[in-house]
Amino acid sequence: MPTLAYAREHLAGWGRFPVEPCHLYRPEKSTDFLAILQSTQEPSYIPRGLGRSYGDAALNLDAGAVCSVRLNRFLSFDHATGILECESGASLAEILDTFLPRGFFLPVTPGTKFVTLGGAIAADVHGKNHHRDGTIANFIRDFRLLTPAGEVVTCSPAEDRDIFWATVGGMGLTGVILSARIELRRVESAYLFVDYERTRNLQETLERMAASDENYQYSVAWIDCLARGDSLGRSVLMRANHAAAADLPAQVREPLSVPKRRRLKMPFDLPAVALNSHSVGAFNHFYYALHRTAAHQLVDTDTFFYPLDSIQSWNRLYGKRGFVQYQVVFPAETTEEGLAVVLKRLVQSRRASFLAVLKRFGEANRGLLSFPIKGHTLSLDLPMARDLPAFLQRLDDVVATCRGRVYLAKDAVSKPETFAATYPNLEPFRAIKQRLDPQGLFSSSLARRLRIC
Amino acid sequence: MGQERILASVLILGATSGIARAIAVEFARQKYDLVLAGRDGRELDATAADLAIRFAIHTRVCIFDVLDCETHAAVLSSRLSESVDDLAGAVLAIGYLGDEHLAENDFAEARRILDTNLTGCVSVLNLLARHFESRGKGFICALSSVAGDRGRQSNYHYGAAKAGLSVYLQGLRNQLYHRGVQVTTVKPGFVDTGMTFGRPGLFLVASPEYVARRVLKAIRGRRDVVYVPWFWRCIMWAIRNIPEWLFKRLRL
Repeated sequence: MPTLAYAREHLAGWGRFPVEPCHLYRPEKSTDFLAILQSTQEPSYIPRGLGRSYGDAALNLDAGAVCSVRLNRFLSFDHATGILECESGASLAEILDTFLPRGFFLPVTPGTKFVTLGGAIAADVHGKNHHRDGTIANFIRDFRLLTPAGEVVTCSPAEDRDIFWATVGGMGLTGVILSARIELRRVESAYLFVDYERTRNLQETLERMAASDENYQYSVAWIDCLARGDSLGRSVLMRANHAAAADLPAQVREPLSVPKRRRLKMPFDLPAVALNSHSVGAFNHFYYALHRTAAHQLVDTDTFFYPLDSIQSWNRLYGKRGFVQYQVVFPAETTEEGLAVVLKRLVQSRRASFLAVLKRFGEANRGLLSFPIKGHTLSLDLPMARDLPAFLQRLDDVVATCRGRVYLAKDAVSKPETFAATYPNLEPFRAIKQRLDPQGLFSSSLARRLRIC
Repeated sequence: MGQERILASVLILGATSGIARAIAVEFARQKYDLVLAGRDGRELDATAADLAIRFAIHTRVCIFDVLDCETHAAVLSSRLSESVDDLAGAVLAIGYLGDEHLAENDFAEARRILDTNLTGCVSVLNLLARHFESRGKGFICALSSVAGDRGRQSNYHYGAAKAGLSVYLQGLRNQLYHRGVQVTTVKPGFVDTGMTFGRPGLFLVASPEYVARRVLKAIRGRRDVVYVPWFWRCIMWAIRNIPEWLFKRLRL
């Protein structure tokens, strides 16, 4: 059997830490996936999309990484139901480009549209509307999974539901998602009405969220995690609803057209000294001052949902050393206490993060390794430093004590014991994984680091 | 909303390859309907569905095997008769790089390289030429390769076939000029597709999307021979002009 072509490349997640040599395969036909698995050229494989997970979820040291981006075709679309069937390499950006002009938006979207549908399912992504709509799993009618045994199984919450709920949030470890059907959301315009509200501290932020989140489809807080003392946890709350066509001002000629913004590109890596507690602190201060309380602001979908996507390669702001994005969730009962500890430690350590987001979560779903649980999630970026892993592992302990957990799509440094303690459905996941993949054909650097399999 | 529909279609042969898909996208963007021809029905169906959904055009699929020359006339005649006066032109994007080392030792591989890249293409191009000639209009665009500009030790079977194809197209261009049919030869350098993925020694690799945009521009501009990207014209001019006594010593 002829050797299948692969490129030996140094791959990394979006945080550019860690960087690992992998054997990258790039199938161009749907039958290529099976051929790659059956070739037994590699000890194991991990499916990979656009590489937007931050850590090592889509890395497989010295083994196979199978990139799906060329298998990105739309297979069918039902205008009446809004159900789109497409190959798993199709990106959310492509879906929006085609369907927003036709009056359809994504039912759930993460903070970047440059993720593949397969990746979105594997990470069970959530968005600013989790408190109402849950994760993307709620809008996936079914998907076709190529199992490690080489079979194609159609999984849904009704059919083969154990495999469905193992694969949703399963970080690619149960097989390759070949295609999926997603139910898009009907919208009348590419705009939202946003209410901005400045809060003085963490307690006020949590109170305001609890009080009126239910009035909004989307709700998120940008949190100044360098503010100290009485201002600890001061935030800018941003909450929005889709704008009906009739409510748009007259100057908006094309309601379903997103104004084109020029995409800037970060052409080089900033030197390590550029982002430090002073520069970031200054930015935070400025950002907080700039955002006054303001109601009913008209904002287009790109600006509201994907502010960072307008800077291509924004991860280079963190320089060559890269960064770790740390995202955790605290259950409702321990949120205030847990968040306060995390924020205080960040402030004390003077670690700079200027992209800190706080969001209230709704109910958890049945995804065995799915991240969201009812409570609040905090996510922040921290520039990589030698003592960062230890610092974050100590934070992990706090999170574990509070019965929270870390998001696998972002994680790069967690310890297997903490992970096992915070994901109570790990054993059921391992059982399904063992059944589907007794030979361990699907593995990743993350899976080995956390001893998932 | 959007562009007006151009009521014409384009036939794309070898439609499952990366370059051909990108070319199909560009034509679809310009609102041409498409006939996608190739061997893999499932792949063609998926591509056809995708283009129809994305660009709101009509697409049809046609099973076509370049190596099965006996079937070419029948396959084409059924397709061409369906789209009488509709077919604006045809793009031939069939290529098989093959394994040079294997070809040197196993004639079956050598034959496959020659038949896929040259013989089979001649068979279908003859048929297309007669069709467009009888209508007095249309375009034929075929993807050759810079590899055909000079034989070198690392891929001369492929190079020979592509060289043959380039000369055939040259003759066809000459013959059809007075019949109102345009023949464009596109010579890409390295393109980032499954054909080259993971191979060492590549440089100046172009994306299939870039090549596709250039192909459309060449067809629109009624160009004869186009190198993609443009600098390959200079590179190949230099390579062609290296005297043989020197070139034979090189290890390119």
